[in-house]
Amino acid sequence: MRTGPNAAADEQSAGGASVAGVGRVAQAEPSVGGRGPLSHRRSASDRRVGLLLLAPAVLALAAVTLFPLAYNLWNSFHVDQLANPSAGNGFSGLQNYRALFNEPGFSADLAHTLFFTAVSVGIEMCLGLAIAVVISKPFKGRGLVRAAILVPWAVPTVVSAMLWKTMVDPQSGFVNYLLGVLHLPGAGIAWSAQTWTSWAVVIVADAWKTTPLVAVILLAGLQTIPGDVYEAAQVDGAGAWRRFRSVTLPLLKPALLVALIFRTLAAFLVFDVVYILTGGGPGSSTETLGYLDWKAFLVNTDFGYGGAVSVSLVVMALVIAFGYTRLVRPSTN
Amino acid sequence: MADVVLSGSTWRTHRGTRQGLRRAGFIAVNVGFVVSALFPFYWILTTSIKTTNELNAGTTGLFPAHQTFVAYRQIFTEFDFLRSLANSVIVAVATTVVTVVLATMASYALARLDIPGKGVVLGFVLLAGFFPILSVVGPLFLVYRHIGFLNSYPGLVLAYLIYTLPLSVWLLTNFFRQIPKELDEAAMVDGASRLQALRRVIVPVAVPSIITAGIISFILAWNDFTFALSFENDPRYFTAPLAIVDLGQSQYQVFYNQIDAAVVVITLPVALLVLLAQRRIMSGLTAGAVK
Repeated sequence: MRTGPNAAADEQSAGGASVAGVGRVAQAEPSVGGRGPLSHRRSASDRRVGLLLLAPAVLALAAVTLFPLAYNLWNSFHVDQLANPSAGNGFSGLQNYRALFNEPGFSADLAHTLFFTAVSVGIEMCLGLAIAVVISKPFKGRGLVRAAILVPWAVPTVVSAMLWKTMVDPQSGFVNYLLGVLHLPGAGIAWSAQTWTSWAVVIVADAWKTTPLVAVILLAGLQTIPGDVYEAAQVDGAGAWRRFRSVTLPLLKPALLVALIFRTLAAFLVFDVVYILTGGGPGSSTETLGYLDWKAFLVNTDFGYGGAVSVSLVVMALVIAFGYTRLVRPSTN
Repeated sequence: MADVVLSGSTWRTHRGTRQGLRRAGFIAVNVGFVVSALFPFYWILTTSIKTTNELNAGTTGLFPAHQTFVAYRQIFTEFDFLRSLANSVIVAVATTVVTVVLATMASYALARLDIPGKGVVLGFVLLAGFFPILSVVGPLFLVYRHIGFLNSYPGLVLAYLIYTLPLSVWLLTNFFRQIPKELDEAAMVDGASRLQALRRVIVPVAVPSIITAGIISFILAWNDFTFALSFENDPRYFTAPLAIVDLGQSQYQVFYNQIDAAVVVITLPVALLVLLAQRRIMSGLTAGAVK
């Protein structure tokens, strides 16, 4: 295995390692001596190996992101209706994009989506922060509390949706029963019959499942705040609320932002929980943009219109992501 | 550890009653968290063992009057839920294996090797994690229709990589960066090639992180609904989450005991994973997210 000058170098480094405790550093020495053509050859072969190692993952990801994006772009400027082959596959200019603005579906669903995003993300951030603050300090049974809180995140959306569908079922559910026992109004509500109650169920199911992720991210953020910062604030006479406002919140800003970006994008693109709980109903009053996109593709099989919705979704997702990073940049400097 | 170790000595010097009150409040809040996280599970568990008659009669209390496992038997005999479960296991395991292999290779290259455009590639991988899933469905559907990937396992596995690869690559790249460079260099000085160094030296060190990436990937693949709904319309290829939506529905009523029996069954594996690997999952989810 060992040939030529390398063998000598090995011998040397092995000796160095056994003599001194700084063996790691010593090992780097011999190869410095051999720089020039040899290290050049090494970096060229590294590059080749690197590309080979990288290619499968990058190609696979491109196949499920960049390729669909390009295909959607193409389709959005063409007629492509599976159910209506006689319409052909011709170039259609901006027709599909014009349909976004002219047909009622898109703008109404955009409004629904913004409403859902604002309310659910708002609730999740507040609750997540509260949970993170409470479980950040060590106490007996904390592992159990953490695991219990993490379970809702880990279950499939089908589970969180079906679970809340069961909970609010007027007949066999728990919520209406509880309202009745407490003599509160609403014991007879059929939650899926009205728009606002349908939204309430969707939002509760979504918040229940995703608040844990927010809590986990914020918890990690809290743990990067050194304890002596709090002690210093306490010595200065800052009360608990004051410490939270002027120490915790500012130092937690990066983590808050990460959680906010994660949640906003996911909520903006919501589909499955809506599909399972309301099917977009009653009527189309809880339909979101993600739902509209799915319906265009797989119910109406109109890939031109669906392409236009998809492209607009990607653009809006990018705007949200960049908007947030802009938002934070000036203040971190 | 008998006491709540909030901030130790400073706490104990305060007045006792106030401290006791705060402690009671603290415990109450924690109990509140746990109950709101877990009570819905209790409810589906009890619903799944209720008789259809009891469900139709309406809720009268917290405990089922009669317990029966009929619903569990029905989902396996009348609906072939076992097949859907098997599909889910196959697809989730395959996705996990493919993800772990691809992510390990890519992350090593990103963390260690001098490749032009590395930053752009890493940025692309991370951005792919935010890519709108729904926009992917249409184009993949059209392609899958032509290459026979509808109603198939590979079609789902490929699509699931959009869930699993970004997080895994991010997690492992961060981890590989923390391994001292001298480790692989020493192996290479000993005559190992780059790939041998990766396989024999780096991978063994990285096993804990690779397992974390694997667990999270499994959960994400196991939980998918959207892609299965879009690409599988033959019940023989339904994954468990997709099967649940069709299950327990008749023209006249919804059989919540059957639905919830299935819900209990698919919740068990992930609940178990979380209980066993809570720390691992938490650190994996936040790796690099907060620095």
